[in-house]
Amino acid sequence: MPATDSAPHKNSEQLESVAIRFAGDSGDGMQLTGTKFTDETALAGNDLSTFPDFPAEIRAPAGTMAGVSGFQIHFSSRDIHTPADRPDVLIAFNPAALRANVDDVRPGGTVIINIDSFNEKALKRAGYEGDPLPDLRERYNLVEIPFTTLNREALQGLDLSSRDIDRCKNFFALGVLCWLYGRPMDATERWLAGKFKDQVLEGNIRTLRAGYAFGETTELFPTSFIVPSAKIESGTYRNITGNQALAWGLVAAGVQMDREVFLGAYPITPASDVLHEVARFRHFGVKTFQAEDEIAAVSSTIGAAFAGNLAVTVSSGPGFILKQEALGLAVMTELPLVAINVQRAGPSTGSPTKTEQGDLLAALYGRHSQSPLPIIAASTPGDCFHTALEAFRIAVKYMTPVVILSDGYIANSAEPWLIPDVDSLERTEIQFANPIDIGEFLPYSRDPETGARPWAIPGTPGLEHRIGGLTKADGSGNVSYEADNHGKMIQLRKDKIEGIAADLPPVEVDGPDSGELLVVGWGGTKGSITAACERAREQGMSVSQIHLRHLNPFPSNLGEVLGRFSKVLLPELSDGHLAMLLRSKYLVDVQMLNKIEGQPFKISELMDAITELYNR
Amino acid sequence: MAADAAVKVSRKDFVSDQDVRWCPGCGDYSILANVQRVMPELGVPRENVVFVSGIGCSSRFPYYMNTYGFHTIHGRAPAFATGIKASNPDLSVWIVTGDGDGLSIGGNHLLHTIRRNVNTQILLFNNKIYGLTKGQYSPTSDIGTKTKSTPQGAIDHPIDPISFALGCGATFIARTIDVDAKHMQQVLKRAHEHKGTAFVEILQNCPVFNDGIWDELQDRKTRAQSSLVLEHGEPLVFGPPGEKKGIAFSSGIPSVIDLADDDDPVAKGVVVHDEQAPAASYAGVLATLQRPDFPLPVGVLRAVEKPTYEDDLQAQVDSAIAERGKGDLKALLHSGDTWQI
Repeated sequence: MPATDSAPHKNSEQLESVAIRFAGDSGDGMQLTGTKFTDETALAGNDLSTFPDFPAEIRAPAGTMAGVSGFQIHFSSRDIHTPADRPDVLIAFNPAALRANVDDVRPGGTVIINIDSFNEKALKRAGYEGDPLPDLRERYNLVEIPFTTLNREALQGLDLSSRDIDRCKNFFALGVLCWLYGRPMDATERWLAGKFKDQVLEGNIRTLRAGYAFGETTELFPTSFIVPSAKIESGTYRNITGNQALAWGLVAAGVQMDREVFLGAYPITPASDVLHEVARFRHFGVKTFQAEDEIAAVSSTIGAAFAGNLAVTVSSGPGFILKQEALGLAVMTELPLVAINVQRAGPSTGSPTKTEQGDLLAALYGRHSQSPLPIIAASTPGDCFHTALEAFRIAVKYMTPVVILSDGYIANSAEPWLIPDVDSLERTEIQFANPIDIGEFLPYSRDPETGARPWAIPGTPGLEHRIGGLTKADGSGNVSYEADNHGKMIQLRKDKIEGIAADLPPVEVDGPDSGELLVVGWGGTKGSITAACERAREQGMSVSQIHLRHLNPFPSNLGEVLGRFSKVLLPELSDGHLAMLLRSKYLVDVQMLNKIEGQPFKISELMDAITELYNR
Repeated sequence: MAADAAVKVSRKDFVSDQDVRWCPGCGDYSILANVQRVMPELGVPRENVVFVSGIGCSSRFPYYMNTYGFHTIHGRAPAFATGIKASNPDLSVWIVTGDGDGLSIGGNHLLHTIRRNVNTQILLFNNKIYGLTKGQYSPTSDIGTKTKSTPQGAIDHPIDPISFALGCGATFIARTIDVDAKHMQQVLKRAHEHKGTAFVEILQNCPVFNDGIWDELQDRKTRAQSSLVLEHGEPLVFGPPGEKKGIAFSSGIPSVIDLADDDDPVAKGVVVHDEQAPAASYAGVLATLQRPDFPLPVGVLRAVEKPTYEDDLQAQVDSAIAERGKGDLKALLHSGDTWQI
């Protein structure tokens, strides 16, 4: 590879932060290019945040707006929380990618296009009436690179079809960017060597290096840029996406609790990657079951919990809803399991690859009758790991199904993650019911402290018992139709779930402890809200922030914290599910900022709302 | 606890303390009694037995068994059982379902559990009616069945549970009758011995909503004429002395031929039953033997070997550990590219 540490031929300029968006056809490898650039950036020590944004169609017709796939990365020498509102640099592989993305680019930013793909036909397909380039040259720093031609030249003489050669051009572009931002390419080359062999490997590496050399020699780029490494907490870091972190958290729960993990799932976007990732870990004793449908997925999971496994099911909105009846049974039978909902934009099939926070009320109230269960929301990609561990801890301690809410944004986004010290992770000892400790076995007797019933697993002599969906008699668990008993059991289950609040850390305020404005958030909006609050404080506003992880029950001090502020702003990627809950429970006049566009909040949108409410 | 631990168990050890609440005269009583009678002979410690059911009259079954039991939700018992069996392959898992629970709302799960060959016993009580919801027609009801939901008669074509199971690739398929204790006990034992999904259709009478639907098979006077008792290696003959008949195949099409009492049925062209026939087409022809043109086959129609789901799943875990070593969380978290700050 080119010697990145040799004396540079050109000057370089130092930048604090850069946001780059890669955009092309679904088949152009934009997600891969973005991911590889992300890995290199992580290794360069920058803080980073990414946002993959791709269509639900696997390969929409080439060159059309419907098929445009994008990947944005924001990297910085300081602590950042979002993939940035607007990219500084856009790399557009065709006219459709340009048209779909160019208006997002910061005014005066750089637009790099693959000029080879800008012919009359392609422009028409993208919906351009005339030549867009003259106008672009006025608004942006337009850089026209013939990626297709340069890639073909670089790969001359290789025994590859012209189609295979053209498929390598994204790595030429990656090479150019690696030069432009001084990224080391070793990690990408290592990855290529593990993924491909022979001529395909040779082709990709050759074009990657050719792209780097092109950047160094071309007059199109007078300078390269340096983004110094970020000063963040010391330790060993890795890059991680939310889905990967969730999967690892599930595996970690098995290790920390010394029990086998069972994952029952049915493929659904954007949750499938959790199933794929966990399926790789059979050597941890983990069993994955790809069920025939969502109902079988959750049913097998409840069966596995009954049999004594750490059981988990993962899905997204439409699939989660199909599981509700079975989750009601899990509530009734008080079995410990975890149900993950990686939320996506709905209703119905909605926009499967786009994000939303629209399932909170469904998780809370979507089952028939009174069916309470704990709900925990992950807030960042790395946080998904700890959320999985915590969900299992609560499930097992309180003998209850627990719902984890993630979302499409944090599921696919990546961030540098401070790898936790395994020895410092909590270990939970699982106590199965033991016939030696028990006189008459009562499956619905309760731990006086937690309200949990015993976990008595098949195979244990002397504890044979029957459970099911019919109303249980207190203690014995026998079928009961007594009116008093029915109400009592509803209350016992309610008390048990509400009692978990005593076990939760109090909510902590970021910023002033009391005052003018409190911004409340939950789940995957944490990055945007944190960045906006920081910016608001930089501008002299007294703005505080809390971010809720526990949505049922709420932390005990939540009402008291809300009461310390004159105004409360609650941004949600829904029509205000949490706002409704806070208003009804705490009688606080929560101001809502709702966005339902399938996209995360921009910092500027939040800033506008904060400023407006602050000055009102 | 070893099976031969010399703790003598009897039928009453499998009887729970709950009052049985089926209607008087329900065929389920007989099935329950026969299951409880067979259990001590299977050599499985009581604590390793799990009964799983869905919703419906038959699905109350687990409450009456003094074993582990799980009364789940409508139609999904096979999926629960799959999770139980995958988690702990040592358990003896019995699924109790009915024609509505198993073949209507739960058809998908029945299909996939059978095709995966999860080592469980599926007992499908077929009374051709919905009982617990008070008498609507079921997926096995005959055309023209008049019920509250079909006042002019059912117009959907019924499904035959045996053909369904066969189509799913079942490795063990049997049929028995609620009132024939001896036969049912034999079939239950065979079902338990089978490694893989054992699918058993039990013809069961609903005295309230569909009384008499299996009369000719239940009545000892007509049973010999109306049923064909299958024995592996024995010719397909039926009928009382003086009225013996046999089943012959011509180009795969079955027909009934008359036999004299001293005839050698095989010499006359009667087919010899082979429950292990590798091709499913043989059992497929047996499944087409329906009343009133043919006697209804009872006994084991098919019993072949295939790997079970939970064994293959466990084998993947074991081989992954053998190849990669037992998973190390710290190594996992630090795998791939990491960097120090």
